[in-house]
Amino acid sequence: MHAELKCGGLEFRSERRARAHSVEQRNMACVKSQQCSVWVGAETGILKGVCVSRKQVYNFCEMSSLSRDEEICTITWGDEQETEVLMGSVNGRVKTFSTEKGIFTESRECADLSHGRFTGLAVTDRSLITCVESGLLKVWPEAGGETVEINVGSGVCRMRQNPSERHRVATGGKENPLKVWDLQRPDTPVFTAKNVANDWLDLRVPVWVRDMAFLTNSNKIVTCTGHHQVRVYDPSCQRRPVLEAKFGEVPLTALSVPPGENSVVVGNTHGQLATLDLRKGLVRGCMKGVAGSVRGLQCHPSLPLVASCGLDRFLRIHNLQDRTLMHKVYLKSRLNCVLLSSRDLQHCVSNEDEQLEEVKAEEDEVWDTMETVTEKGGKRAAQDEDEIRDATERDKKKKKRTKK
Amino acid sequence: MDFVEVPVSEDLPSAKGKAKKQKKQKKSGEKSAENGAPESEPTEASEASGSSLPPTFSLSEIKNKQRRHLMFMKLKQEKRKQKLQLRKKRKKEREALGDKAPPKEVPKTIENQRIYDETTVDPEDEEVAFDEGTDEFSAYFNKLINPKVLITTSDRPRGRTVRFCEQLATIIPNAHVYYRRGLALKRIIPQCISRDFTYLMVINEDRKVPNGMVLCHLPDGPTAHFKVSSVRLRKEMKRRGKEPTDHYPEVILNNFTTRLGHSIGRMFAALFPQDPQFVGRQVATFHNQRDFIFFRFHRYIFKNEKKVGIQELGPRFTLKLRSLQNGTFDSKFGEYEWVHKRHEMDSSRRKFHL
Repeated sequence: MHAELKCGGLEFRSERRARAHSVEQRNMACVKSQQCSVWVGAETGILKGVCVSRKQVYNFCEMSSLSRDEEICTITWGDEQETEVLMGSVNGRVKTFSTEKGIFTESRECADLSHGRFTGLAVTDRSLITCVESGLLKVWPEAGGETVEINVGSGVCRMRQNPSERHRVATGGKENPLKVWDLQRPDTPVFTAKNVANDWLDLRVPVWVRDMAFLTNSNKIVTCTGHHQVRVYDPSCQRRPVLEAKFGEVPLTALSVPPGENSVVVGNTHGQLATLDLRKGLVRGCMKGVAGSVRGLQCHPSLPLVASCGLDRFLRIHNLQDRTLMHKVYLKSRLNCVLLSSRDLQHCVSNEDEQLEEVKAEEDEVWDTMETVTEKGGKRAAQDEDEIRDATERDKKKKKRTKK
Repeated sequence: MDFVEVPVSEDLPSAKGKAKKQKKQKKSGEKSAENGAPESEPTEASEASGSSLPPTFSLSEIKNKQRRHLMFMKLKQEKRKQKLQLRKKRKKEREALGDKAPPKEVPKTIENQRIYDETTVDPEDEEVAFDEGTDEFSAYFNKLINPKVLITTSDRPRGRTVRFCEQLATIIPNAHVYYRRGLALKRIIPQCISRDFTYLMVINEDRKVPNGMVLCHLPDGPTAHFKVSSVRLRKEMKRRGKEPTDHYPEVILNNFTTRLGHSIGRMFAALFPQDPQFVGRQVATFHNQRDFIFFRFHRYIFKNEKKVGIQELGPRFTLKLRSLQNGTFDSKFGEYEWVHKRHEMDSSRRKFHL
């Protein structure tokens, strides 16, 4: 009897400990997810949160049950406050991830495998918009009403939402010109682009829209194509592009518009990343360091920063003003899409910082008690001085010579 | 004047120079025998003049070219002497200390000074293991398929390229050499897939010399593009063994440590059948050093418990990765996983990618 009782006690204790452990884990997850300012979807189906200021990466996924079916195709914010991340997987499920709790809260079936992978996700007030490669665009009302289905044509490469008018979306793909849809009147597109004029041999120019973005200030749309063109459409004046620029010789894969909206950042399959001026269509400058095809590209909504990810398994954050590489994080899997939060990247949630402050205070004491060691100028500095002296002497001699 | 000429002739590297030097030395010896004292005097004087120069004086300021050359040679000689002396001294010290001698310093090479690559694969990493476990080569590594390789060349191969392909086919089991017949690669690939080939290897040729290799894994990629250099065919090798046998060779992959290196290593491994026939005692080696991949093919023999003899069978060649592309060969619309960009990536000599 006694032994049994003891056993029971032990079990109870271990159970309690386990429960406490799980609670702790959950707390950890939410702390982790609150720190993250960049979210990246990988080909292995892992959602990765990156805390740029601490150079830390967290995987939000069960590492034991990974599968290629859950490859993340597209990723977007689920609400305005950026507390939810929506991600579309290859197997047709759309998952909701809460950045506050650090867990997946919802998962629903939005497409089947026969329609291809997701090309775009978007949310409006009370509804979710999904688009797949076959061209089936669906609007899922949150209340559970009937879904609206639109066929936007086959071979869709990307669907994007207008950030200012959230019921408007643009679609485009291979042999599928740019179309703008008003979801309140889903029968016909609001705008359909017309193909450019035939070339100098009077041959038809192939259409292959790879990515597009809305310019909210000027009501224009910018697209990039698989035939390395960047085009600007103005729906208010004509159906053909008002500006065409070319960049590189290989397909452009992604595009993003930085704040200010007079330039655009494009990336191609060779890992070349450049900013193009939208007024004249000239290359402003290239961003160095990318080794493989760019798949995801996003500019920060207020700061001059651009995040890129792709097949070389790195997340890179460049400064748009001087085009220097600011951060580079290795994420172990091929990456498909990237999402930046609108807050400052360096900023971390203060909650965690407070905890750390105590530790820091202790550390400070240690540092205070230490002696200060003043170093003399290093070897190199001394050498430099010598060199400078030599150089000045040489100059003097030269001058003398010239005088002579 | 006599004194000036001696060191010049000393520095001539050819045998003639040596002979002359000996003669001159003899002459000088004779002279010194003739009038003993004057020989030693000028050397001292020169040393004195060398030391009396101001410390900031550099040899490049001498305007007479011959004179400058001479002085420079002298300086070099002196340095060499000092170095030798230092070495001897150290050796003596080591011998004197015996067992207590401090451990020898490891020489600095650009490999051991390599800039740390964050993509270096940790064998216990779950994520990388999963990524590799489900990639295009997983069917081969799970022993579901056997490799079958098609070797072809650029159009109208000539000279060494043809022989190189033939010799490659003797190394890789289940390899078939086909004449290109001016066919486009994008047309060949579907036919290869329908005939169950797992690899397409294309040797490119420039002015009768093989200079490139495209290695395309079928049915769905990836495709690697290499530069091929220093090809040495079997006939051109000294002390080579007899022709290789049909046994499946063992494969050694050296130094493929980064994530990219792993992908390339797996690609080479999947060229050969999985279970080697040890009766053949043949080894194919892909050795990566400073991003160059050296290929060697050997036969080994265990002479006794400690000694192993190896004999090279050839051919040998060197590869350098230019790009790794996702999917089958499509240089225009394909997505590249890695492209070698010389000006961006080769900024440091200590940075390696494989």
